[in-house]
Amino acid sequence: MRSIILQILAVTAINLKSLPQRLWLSLATVIAVGLVVTVLLAFLSMANGFRRTIADSGAEDIAVVLRSGAVSEINSVVLRDQVRLIEDGPGIARGPDGKPQTSGELYLTVNGIKRSTGTKASLPLRGLGPLGPGLRRGVVITAGRMFNPGTNEIIVGRALGKEFEGFELGQTVTFNSTRWSVVGIFAADGSVFESEIWADLPVLQSLFKRAGSVQTVRARLTSPAAIETLRAYSDNDPRLKLDVMSEAAYFAQQASNTSDLIQKLGWPLAIAMALGSLAGALNTMYSSVAARATEIATLRAIGFGGFSAFVGTLVESLILAAIGGVIGAAATYLVFDGFTASTMGASFSQVVFNFQLTPRLIGQGLLLALAVGLFGGLFPALRAARMPIVAGLYG
Amino acid sequence: MLSPADPIDPMIDIVDLCKRFTKGKETITIFDALNLAIPRGDFVAVMGPSGSGKTTLLNLLGGIDRSDSGAIEVAGERLDRLSESELSRWRASHIGFIFQFYNLMPMLTAAQNVELPLLLTRLGRKERRERVETALGVVGLADRVKHYPKEMSGGQQQRVAIARAIVSDPALLLCDEPTGDLDRSTADEVLSILQVLNRDLGKTIVMVTHDPAAAQYAKRSLHLDKGHFIEKELVA
Ligand SMILES: Nc1ncnc2c1ncn2[C@@H]1O[C@H](COP(=O)(O)OP(=O)(O)OP(=O)(O)O)[C@@H](O)[C@H]1O
Ligand SMILES: [Mg+2]
Repeated sequence: MRSIILQILAVTAINLKSLPQRLWLSLATVIAVGLVVTVLLAFLSMANGFRRTIADSGAEDIAVVLRSGAVSEINSVVLRDQVRLIEDGPGIARGPDGKPQTSGELYLTVNGIKRSTGTKASLPLRGLGPLGPGLRRGVVITAGRMFNPGTNEIIVGRALGKEFEGFELGQTVTFNSTRWSVVGIFAADGSVFESEIWADLPVLQSLFKRAGSVQTVRARLTSPAAIETLRAYSDNDPRLKLDVMSEAAYFAQQASNTSDLIQKLGWPLAIAMALGSLAGALNTMYSSVAARATEIATLRAIGFGGFSAFVGTLVESLILAAIGGVIGAAATYLVFDGFTASTMGASFSQVVFNFQLTPRLIGQGLLLALAVGLFGGLFPALRAARMPIVAGLYG
Repeated sequence: MLSPADPIDPMIDIVDLCKRFTKGKETITIFDALNLAIPRGDFVAVMGPSGSGKTTLLNLLGGIDRSDSGAIEVAGERLDRLSESELSRWRASHIGFIFQFYNLMPMLTAAQNVELPLLLTRLGRKERRERVETALGVVGLADRVKHYPKEMSGGQQQRVAIARAIVSDPALLLCDEPTGDLDRSTADEVLSILQVLNRDLGKTIVMVTHDPAAAQYAKRSLHLDKGHFIEKELVA
């Protein structure tokens, strides 16, 4: 046993010390593996950063209530009686006047024209109660004023106003054959709400024939922990078939669809590239075995086992791949660190997010690199182990 | 047979050995019924025309090539009955190879090269170092421990290779044209060392050579031709 370990150590040391003789080919393998890992980690850190940034923009002490099983606001309905039960529920914060800090909201879509392309797109039109804006972080009117309750007035999110035509302050727009005046522009801390149009809830309910029902209820909680109390209350009341979650959890759930999609693009691309680099690794390792044929045969003649030739070759391959993996991870870190900073500074976008590289993602990248090393080294290592000694000795 | 081998305890005993090479559809027979006996402590020079099978014979004796039929017993072991891994282990403890082009590992120092066979033994680090120093001392290179092959002359490299071959104290040394790449005086130094190893340390040596002067260092020489031996006794 001890002898086998000594043999393997010696053969591996000999392989690695002879690497400089195969510098360029080995370097090509390292770089190919590095690129694979860079591409994979770019996608994974993008997906991760997107999900985390969106989740971070959600508050822990705001509850979002939807119909049970509703994937998003669009396909949710909460009835008038349910709204009332939620307002009376435990854990809901109350204002100085004793009123529950809640906002029932409608979430509809209307058409707009994109400035850049001139094409139609659907825009979110949200109807919300008087407390609605206050239940979101950082909402401020940057121009004009808040809409008056009971009127056909709207305020427009900053990002949406920039991107779509006809939403300048003082202009009139037509939704559902009703005319609306833009009376204000608002910001919301760069969150997704800046891409919405807001109007008075009762007005929308009557004009869009949704009287009596809303799609979501938003509520301020007495504390982040109160979300559990509220959920338990809702779960135990058969009249409330609702999903209760914190705004942070709701955002994370919304973001996960997008981040899953990014991941689902990233993995196949990285694996396709990995197969390419596998071909390179095989070539490199077969050349390595050929170049070391005399050394391998000499060691075998001395009495070294075929197993040490096998392991030595495999270890060489794994080490090359691991170096590539580390370089790839480092490159991702360096490149996308700078990338994020410039994007944030240069333009304003509704979802500005960082590429976030975590140890777990780096682990996945290294695992892919090692897989390339393993499969790229396996067959060359078998050849090294089985090579007839005489052929190796006399070329 | 032709050899004066001690019939009770020969180092090498080959009976009706057959060896063929097949390349595609062609089969060449190197030996069809080779017989050879070499006693322990002998120093035999094997000569013969190119392609007569001298290297093939050494490979068979060293267990790095396989015979097709017949019996081949070396150092008390029937090589034709051992598996590949058994042969590996057997080589480690019984055989020292010396090649024409030394076959040193260029990235290892003289001491590291000589140490390689000891990695297959149970010896600890300290014992290994002592043995390496002794072996390098025997070939007169005690002061070259940390030198790399490229920093040494051909003769010095071959002496390192000899040290490597004897360091684990094998009974049989197999040398394939050990002086084929060296000039006369360097060759004489190397051959003298082999002679000392045979005479003073009792190593059995089989040495293939084209050089009649080199063969003079052996106790006797055998001529291989057309698959058979013709012996020429030398006057020492
Ligand atoms: N692996 C092999 N495959 C096919 N033929 C081989 C192989 N090895 C040796 N031979 C053939 O066997 C014959 C004997 O070869 P060998 O190397 O033993 O000769 P040799 O006596 O050592 O010659 P030299 O003096 O030139 O070294 C040659 O004809 C050679 O071509
Ligand atoms: Mg030969």
